[in-house]
Amino acid sequence: MTAPDRELQPLAPQPLAPPEPGARGRAGRPFEPIPTYAGTPPFPRAARAALADTRLRANLQRATATIRAKRARAVAERDDWEALRLAGAAIKNEVLHDLPALLVQLERAVTDAGGTVHWARDAAEANAIVTRIVREHGATEVVKVKSMATEEIELNEALAEAGIAAWETDLAELIVQLGHDLPSHILVPAIHRNRAEIREIFRREMALAGRPAPDDLSDEPRELAEAARLHLREKFLRARVAVSGANFAIAETGTIAVVESEGNGRMCLTLPEVLITVMGIEKLLPRWQDLEVFLQLLPRSATAERMNPYTSMWTGVTPGDGPQAFHLVLLDNGRSDVLSDPVGRQALRCIRCSACLNVCPVYERVGGRAYGSVYPGPIGAILTPQLRGIVRHPVDAQTASLPYASSLCGACFEVCPVRIDIPGVLVHLRAQVVRQHPMGPHVPEPDELVLGVASWVMERPRRLSIAERAAGLAGRVVARRGGRIGALRGPWPVSAWFGERDLPAPARESFRAWWRRVGRGGAGSTPSGQERSRQGRAPEDAP
Amino acid sequence: MNGPVSRHPGDARAEILERLRAALADRPPVPDVPRAYRRAPEHGVDVVALFASQVADYRATVHRTDPGGVARVISDVLEARGARRVVVPAGMPDAWLRDARVERLTDDPPLASATLDGADAVVTGCALAIAETGTIVLDGGPGQGRRALSLVPDVHLCVVEAGRIVGTVPEAIAALRPVRPLTWISGPSATSDIELNRVEGVHGPRTLHVVIVEETPGA
Repeated sequence: MTAPDRELQPLAPQPLAPPEPGARGRAGRPFEPIPTYAGTPPFPRAARAALADTRLRANLQRATATIRAKRARAVAERDDWEALRLAGAAIKNEVLHDLPALLVQLERAVTDAGGTVHWARDAAEANAIVTRIVREHGATEVVKVKSMATEEIELNEALAEAGIAAWETDLAELIVQLGHDLPSHILVPAIHRNRAEIREIFRREMALAGRPAPDDLSDEPRELAEAARLHLREKFLRARVAVSGANFAIAETGTIAVVESEGNGRMCLTLPEVLITVMGIEKLLPRWQDLEVFLQLLPRSATAERMNPYTSMWTGVTPGDGPQAFHLVLLDNGRSDVLSDPVGRQALRCIRCSACLNVCPVYERVGGRAYGSVYPGPIGAILTPQLRGIVRHPVDAQTASLPYASSLCGACFEVCPVRIDIPGVLVHLRAQVVRQHPMGPHVPEPDELVLGVASWVMERPRRLSIAERAAGLAGRVVARRGGRIGALRGPWPVSAWFGERDLPAPARESFRAWWRRVGRGGAGSTPSGQERSRQGRAPEDAP
Repeated sequence: MNGPVSRHPGDARAEILERLRAALADRPPVPDVPRAYRRAPEHGVDVVALFASQVADYRATVHRTDPGGVARVISDVLEARGARRVVVPAGMPDAWLRDARVERLTDDPPLASATLDGADAVVTGCALAIAETGTIVLDGGPGQGRRALSLVPDVHLCVVEAGRIVGTVPEAIAALRPVRPLTWISGPSATSDIELNRVEGVHGPRTLHVVIVEETPGA
């Protein structure tokens, strides 16, 4: 978000809830409780709100069914798919098991090719590095390529606080940004929006951010894409600094690869004078040759194509071609914690294809935002708790509920291009949650939850406006069911936040029990979660 | 204007590397990578025909001609698109544009981005092409130019000599070296972000013509 929310008065940042007394990290580092994404309640409650949104469910079901079928066809074309998966998993294990040496090798190769490498322990440090570079070049705006890493560290918000506008240029990210919204899917972040909603967002918001949408804009996808092309082109042509993520970084050569469809990535990677790439430290590949595996696995798993329209690869700086300054920011932000768990570390093999989201019966019904993380779906359910440090210390109630956001049907493992055993890691994390919260992990103390979430939500206007809508939605659900527990009392800002709102009663049963009951009780003929999930497998996974 | 401030002083690089070494205290083995996947095209495949069909499948327009016919095809395509101002990268064979009656924009001195934005089309060669995926790869070599040239104009016409077509992605990776920036192009710019409906053409060239040149052109 690049402009402060016009309807809300700025609020003073509130401190985070204090850590449990005496709690220390595994390596002796004190931990800070990490609040949840946009104040999302624990999964069962967030899921209930999402399930009540029939338009969201309809959009999601159509979208995931379409892409499941397409992916199955794209994968069936390759008789060596399993060999590619085995190679992909082995290469990524090699990366993880040899990570320190490979990172040093990458750093040297990038530096030798004229780039500058920065290391960031956490989100704040990464944001500070990017902000400093943008300022050093005297820029007040950046164009951005879609990037999960920069979503994770909330770079746009940090830049906005420093007076720097960050323009998202991926069409779906543009829809999300102009709609003052949160992404709901790794690959198709606006999957929860239909064409009529997108038309309204463009007509209302484009003029406020730059070139307005045409007056006679219809809801035809082609016209909507044309409006985005015109709106963004002026930004591409004038931007001096671009920010991207990385799909792959080759330790051997220092080459970075970005995979995309629209050409917004090529624009950002080519036209500006300065390029800043933020990548998680696990995005490495050891050798140039390894791309031959991942450029076959990723497009078919992600957009169900033999090859995505555009892939850009660059090595440092090339005189006379593209940005003449290149900065690579290597981001830890919890990844070293994930690596420390011999069972859970395989989550770092993830290449962000989102195939596991599209086959997941739980995701299909509740959507991405119920997971309360930039990483939704099955991979988010194992990655988010680990990134938030579950291996080192107890996590908040919302995070602790994520390993339960699954029916353990196994479809996610079967489509994973790097063979992450997501069900196995879910069970492993559940055991961890139970050890840490013997009194019931996913039933938070309401006051504890409210304090932590509310203070975090108040920090930034975008979180607040989104959380307000989420709370309103939840409130309606509760009112309909008569399960309200009324307004909560508490010190400001809790009173300001919840004074006029209903809070749904915390779940009293496990997610799986809830799912079975709701599934059977629905239309009478709806199969249970576990039965449905078996029917819902992608065709190539059928026995 | 308060920027974000890191909470930790000290050397981030050393600390991250130390954290990672500690995290790997169980010393997990570095595995050998099994590479049992296919490296060559399936036996008996005509890679030129396969490339043509895969490129067409991703809604690029394919033309097949012999060396003597290239100039005519390029001229016809540019005329059909109404292209008058055409970007021509350095090192392109003169013969390719022999028949085209267009204003040629050369990149020496470098064209401003606004000038590129005002061009109607760009004609390039390529480093190689991949049959199985219908991909063309540009590496900035002769007849290709810097990356912006083949990006900003709305029509891209790419000449692919048959000898540059390899069968598979592994063959392409083996033939390429990433010393210069590489751009892999598989069909025109596209998005599926609106209800997963594929729309050709967002920011890159919305129209891609691929001219395959071979001694004996196939159908």
